[in-house]
Formats: sequence, structure tokens, C-alpha cells
Amino acid sequence: MTLLTVDNITASYGATQALFGVSLSVDQGEVLALMGRNGMGKSTTVKTICKLLPVTSGMVCLSGQDLARVPSHKVARLGVGLVPEGRRCFASLSVIENLIAAARPGHWDEARVAELFPRLSERRDQSAASLSGGEQQMLAIGRALMTNPRLLILDEATEGLAPLVRQEIWAAVAKLKRETGMAILVVDKSLRELGQVADKAVILQRGEDVWSGAMAALNDDVTNQFLGV
Amino acid sequence: MTQMTRETLFNLAMMAGLILFPLWAWIADEPFMITLATKAVILALAGVGLNLALGLGGLVSLGHAAFFGLGGYAMGILASHAQSYSPILETPFVIEGTKSMPVIWLTAIISSGLAALAIGALSLRTSGVYFIMITLAFGQMLYFFAISWPAYGGEDGLSIYVRNGFPGLNTLDPIQFYGICFTVLTIVLILCARLAKSPFGLALNAARQTAERVETVGISPYKLRLVAFTLSGMITGLAGALFADLNRFVSPTMFSWQTSGEIMVFIIIGGVARLFGPVVGAVIFIALEHLLGGLSDYWHIYLGILLLLIVLFARGGVIGTLAGKENAHD
Repeated sequence: MTLLTVDNITASYGATQALFGVSLSVDQGEVLALMGRNGMGKSTTVKTICKLLPVTSGMVCLSGQDLARVPSHKVARLGVGLVPEGRRCFASLSVIENLIAAARPGHWDEARVAELFPRLSERRDQSAASLSGGEQQMLAIGRALMTNPRLLILDEATEGLAPLVRQEIWAAVAKLKRETGMAILVVDKSLRELGQVADKAVILQRGEDVWSGAMAALNDDVTNQFLGV
Repeated sequence: MTQMTRETLFNLAMMAGLILFPLWAWIADEPFMITLATKAVILALAGVGLNLALGLGGLVSLGHAAFFGLGGYAMGILASHAQSYSPILETPFVIEGTKSMPVIWLTAIISSGLAALAIGALSLRTSGVYFIMITLAFGQMLYFFAISWPAYGGEDGLSIYVRNGFPGLNTLDPIQFYGICFTVLTIVLILCARLAKSPFGLALNAARQTAERVETVGISPYKLRLVAFTLSGMITGLAGALFADLNRFVSPTMFSWQTSGEIMVFIIIGGVARLFGPVVGAVIFIALEHLLGGLSDYWHIYLGILLLLIVLFARGGVIGTLAGKENAHD
């Protein structure tokens, strides 16, 4: 069953057009990797899905519901949990306060987030601003999970993190997929790790989707052409 | 000792001071000192109201005198009709005046809350300097309305001859009236402390830092701020009713932008977003007014210097300086 459908969307930052027609879909329980070089429109696509940037044409649907007139906070209430690029926790709140502020009724609560990221329970009363980059990322994921989403969007979740911390984040994503069957859209550049968790992939180039298909079908020719430096 | 513990200790010491000073004044038969303490406590309450919007929500309102004045006029109108035995409204149904404090408080809270809801609904569509200006404009609108309302004294204001009553207490006794005001302040402080740690308060705090991030967790910053602004107006309105009862007089001055500015000054002196910031600020303000007011009519100059020093060198206000500076606003 298709949870998210993005159909040929375009979007602009003021007079500058950033997306020229992006289409993708995420099914229930599926992990989709959204890939591309820097500045190709990955984060812009995420912003338009979450209604943080208006779609100028095309359509974004969640479970068949057109999100055109839905404000961003209601998109989140409909079940889209965003882990934004650059982590962006609520800096002046503690770890537990970050989680409480976002909490909505459902499967995910503080105990379950602590089970997924035991480090967060050790830092429970510590200010989010004083956490390491990896811990802030865990908190950002935990905070998104506290909204009990049907679709979790991770925008560059492992960027700038130490290899060991990246492993922890990827292990958590794999666990989410395995144990909860949650639909996940991952924006990342780590091909190897994406290959282990993603079911399918979409590649963007200059604001357009130029390749889509099963993750297993992503061969060297495609990666060299669209993702190589 | 952690900073939090230091602030809590400071707050407890402040509460002890607010109990011991009037007790000393009562024992020493200094009713004027009790009245000063009562004024400080009521102004602190007004500041606690504004601090909810300003400190927790980051809403720099220069129009909170509107709610302070509405609370004052709620008391003035109800009490003046009661003392003249004339109903406020005769058709389609009769509404009598009252000298009952609880009824007056309820009226003040509801009227200022409704005004805050309406003003907030419009003002919160703006931000930054526009928000400051639009709240100031609403306050001044009510100020000029009060001036041009002859039925309730116009520019001269409205005198109430006898203080309103509270069941079981003699409100004319300064220490008993102080007790009422102090209890109200304590209850509001407890509610505000709980509110700040509730999911609502945490989300409001988060929205002050960045609205977009709050939206991504399914919360509308506009609605959050509107609720906070309304609650803030209700508390300030209650303070206005008590202030009018203390003076047994209401006038358009309660609506003036200077009043809004003074309430904000309490918060800045004491510490923005600190639970006891407005309490400390109001106590210092009243103390300066009393101590320096006798020396010079221009005592506000010294208040201005203090404010400058705090803004330049002690951004966390008195509490931030004494109890630690770990605060998002400092």
C-alpha cells in the first residue's frame, strides 16, 4: 500500500527554481533512499513533502490525501516525522524535555526511544545543546519518533558524524525497519549503508529525478554517472 | 551546587522575604510598609503574566497595560455600580454591580482573557517590531477609549470609597489584604512553574527558539502563542483588578504605554524567563520608588541607569547574576 506519493513536483526559493519535476513513492514498511550530489534538490524535496516549502506544481499525497492545502504542522500530525538536516534539537531544553515537547499518543514513548538509543537515557536531564553531534542526531530521531509517525524522513542523518556513531544510527534505522515496519525516506550519501537498509532508491540531478528503481538494481554505471564526484 | 539549586534557593529566600517583611511591618505597626509590599506583590503578578508571553514565548508585548487596565476597570465598574446601587445593565436582563472580590477577579480574568484572545489573534500574525507596534497600538486604543468614556470618569478616573470584600476576611486591614495578594501571587507562580515544565510550556519555549522545528513535530506555533498570550493577559488582568482595589481608584493611566513599559522593566531587572524575575524586579522598582522618590521627583533617572547597567552587564537580570546565567535569554 502506497503511503507517500510525490508526483512531478516543482518548487522555488523566491525567483530561483530548485525542483523541476520530482516523482517518488514510498510504500508502507518500505525504506526509500533519496540520493544525489550536493545541491541537487534532496533537502528541497523533503521540505516540500513536509510543506516547509510550497509546491508550485505537482502533487504530494499521504495515504491518498492531497497535502496541497495542509499546513506543515498538520502534515506532521498526519504522520510525517522529520529529522531535519543539521539535527536542530531544541537547544535550551533538556533531552527529556525535547521528547516531551514533541510527544503524541501512540507506540513511541520515552521508554521506547531510550531502548532504541540507550545513550539518551544516560543524558536524560542534560541540555540538548551540550550533547555531542551524534547524541543530538539520536535525540532528533527520538523526537521525530515521539510524534508517532507513519513515515519517518531522515535528512542527512549521518552527515558529519564519527564512523562509530554513524554505525549506531544505521543500526537504529535497520531496527526500525525490521521491528516496526515503519516507512522511511532516507536522504544520505552513504551508498554502502543505504544498500543494507533501503528497498529502493531515487536519484536527483539538478532538481529532477533521473533514476529510480530497486536498490539492488543500482549498479556502478548509475552511481558513477549520477553520484560520482 | 548546581545553578538550578542556586536559583531555587534564591526564589525560596525571596518568598521568605515576602512573608517576613510585611510581618515585621505589621508587628512594628508600619501599615504604609505593608501597602508598599502589597503594591510590589501586585505589580509582580502583572510581571509574572507578561513573563509568560515574553520570557517563555518570546512575545515582546508593549500592550499588556491593556489587560492591566481592563482588570482595573472590571473592578472599578462593578464596584462603582454596587456603591451607587445602580445596575450595570437593565435590559434585556439585569446585571448588578458587586463588591465581592472573587466575582470581580473572575470578571477581570474573563474580560482581559477575551481581550487578549482577540488582540493576540490579530497581533500574532505579525512578528518582531510589527508585533511590538501592534500590541502598543491596541493598548493605546484602550487608553484613549477610557479617556473618552465619561460614564466611568473619563480622564479623571473612578474612585471607589470602600475596598471590596473577600469572604471571611477584613480587606481594609492592610495585612489581610496583603495576605490575599500574596496568596494569589503564590498560586500563579506555582501554576506558571508547572506550565513551564508541561508539554505546552516546553513546546512554547521551543517555538521561541524556532517555529519551523516546532511545526515539524505537529504543533502550530500560532496556536501555542495565542494560548500563552491569552493566559498572560488573564494574569495581568487579575493584577489590574487587585491594583485598582489597593488604590481604590482606576484611571486611564492603567492602560498607558508607560505602564506596559514598567511591567516589562520589572522582568528585565529581575531576569527574563526567570520564574521570580518579575517578583525581584517589582520589589526593586517599589524600593527605588520609595527610597529615591523622597529625594527627587526624577528618581526614574536612577531606575534608567540601573536598567542600562543590567542590560549591558547582567543580561540575566538580578537572578541571572546571582543564581547563574544558564538561560536561553541571557
